[in-house]
Amino acid sequence: MSLDPAYLEYPKRRRGMDHDRYPYSNLFQRPALSWPQGQVAVAIVVSLEWFPIVPEDKPFRAPGHMQTAYPDFRHYTSREYGTRVGLYRMLDAFRARGIPVSVATNAAIAERYPQIVADLVAEGHEIVAHGTDMNGTIASGMDQARHEAIVADSLATLEQATGAMPKGWLSIARSQAMDTPEVLAANGVEYMLDWVNDELPYRFETASGPMLNVPLNHEISDRQVITVQQQSMDSYAQQLEDACDWLLAEAAQYGGRMLPIHLTPYISGLPYRIGALEALLDRLAARQGVWFATTGQIAQAAAPQLGLAENPA
Amino acid sequence: MREGSGDPELYGFRRWRDRAPIRWPGDKQVAVWVSPNLEFYELDPPVNPNRKAWAKPHPDVVGYSHRDHANRVGHWRMAEVMTKHGFPGSVSLSVALCDHIPEVVEDANARGWEFFSHGIYNTRYTYGMDEAQERAIIEDSIRTVRDLTGQTIKGWLAPALTHTPRTLDLIAEYGLTYTCDLYHDDQPGEVAVSSGRLISMPYSLEVNDHYGFFVYNMSPREYADTLIRQYERLAAEGEQGGTVMCIPLHSYLIGQPHRIGPFEEVLRHIAADGRAWITRSGDIAEHYLATTQLAPGEAAL
Repeated sequence: MSLDPAYLEYPKRRRGMDHDRYPYSNLFQRPALSWPQGQVAVAIVVSLEWFPIVPEDKPFRAPGHMQTAYPDFRHYTSREYGTRVGLYRMLDAFRARGIPVSVATNAAIAERYPQIVADLVAEGHEIVAHGTDMNGTIASGMDQARHEAIVADSLATLEQATGAMPKGWLSIARSQAMDTPEVLAANGVEYMLDWVNDELPYRFETASGPMLNVPLNHEISDRQVITVQQQSMDSYAQQLEDACDWLLAEAAQYGGRMLPIHLTPYISGLPYRIGALEALLDRLAARQGVWFATTGQIAQAAAPQLGLAENPA
Repeated sequence: MREGSGDPELYGFRRWRDRAPIRWPGDKQVAVWVSPNLEFYELDPPVNPNRKAWAKPHPDVVGYSHRDHANRVGHWRMAEVMTKHGFPGSVSLSVALCDHIPEVVEDANARGWEFFSHGIYNTRYTYGMDEAQERAIIEDSIRTVRDLTGQTIKGWLAPALTHTPRTLDLIAEYGLTYTCDLYHDDQPGEVAVSSGRLISMPYSLEVNDHYGFFVYNMSPREYADTLIRQYERLAAEGEQGGTVMCIPLHSYLIGQPHRIGPFEEVLRHIAADGRAWITRSGDIAEHYLATTQLAPGEAAL
């Protein structure tokens, strides 16, 4: 038994990364980023999703999607609970504290529930594009026309609903095909939230021009901590506080830091969890140096400092 | 090992009680070594017929970029905390990191850390290699680490824990003295190999941060508590004869901002306790090899 000799060849074994998307960079040695206010930008991103009760498995079934044999009333309605009830509990919590957030929104939400989009816009939140609906997953090997249509249709629908083209993009499950960054940049997307390799925005090269990646930590999402790892909301809040304190201390030495908090209405918007979220927001707000900002505000602040125009054409 | 046998015949049975005691330098009771895995994972690696590199079609954006966090962010945060509390690293190294991001390897070397090989990339597996191919990755490991750091590797942790029946014989033949791939004991012990002398170095899956966070789904504070309990028991048992505690880490996990604070408390606790020989795997191996006589027939079972 032996392996194909090519398995021991390393054509990309060279200085730097094994791709040309970004150069290697050490967070602690690059020029400091600064924010319009504060030292730690706390970026809350809420995923707002519609799961058709007829799930699709190509290219893959989205996390949170239907689980039982058809018809899965249990998961369809539990997700809808988040959209009808949980989201509004969260919006009330944000409004009471004057916190702007980014809402990664399936285009289907805008089509089905225009009142939600009107409320988000009226309350000063940012709409980030998040695919068509939860059957709109993207991965290598899928039909290219469908891939491009998911991106273009999502953006067009949200632009029509809000009057403004979304600047940001979050892929479902952060899953991309090899050329997704090209498709996003070609469609005018200024920043994406998919890559989790850093803790500050950085410049990401595509064949359609440069864009920003604003890392949305997947490990400290409510989905990962509560649903996947089965920890409590209190533990989740504690972890976010610990992270905030660590980053505030680092910021004193190294410049601006970012704490992304990725929330899901059908997880954190439940009656027995929302209180811990509200208390967490109060404790974070009480810390000197915290700036609650949307990912769009963060991208806008970072772009010129990273050699990108604030509004690339 | 004995290929095809139900017992791989790598070591003889020795019960935990009534052993000849191991004495660590300074009469410390537990040798504590911290093992950061400094790794490079490829975005689009070739396929090994025995194991997929990524769960998703390439690019697996979360899988790849999560691990890339280690080199951009996690390592630097973790290494500072380790140095602050006096813990050197014993690095499980994807040796291609020397080519891709020598900054990380040079930083570890400057901190006085030791390197052993963890293969070329953590996306290239040993399964299915013939002997010449396996020799090639061992020779590549020795050469690559020596060229960048001046160190000669003494240990091995198979890439992504993928082995062949001949791996341990081969690394012993090349003069390596310890393997981190066997999990049968809390003390070093002899491994039966066809030439040379090889010992097993207690590494750990159970208190590995990957197991803590992704197998046992611990919170950061629960993981810190786990490490302290592991330490307290091994230090207490070390009164009867020195034990070993390894803390295997991946900085894309432990170096996250919500985890590093609780982890720092673990290092503070161990450093202040006084019973620990805070050291490196190679120093443990060297001490053991120099002070422990091979029982007649032990290595050969």
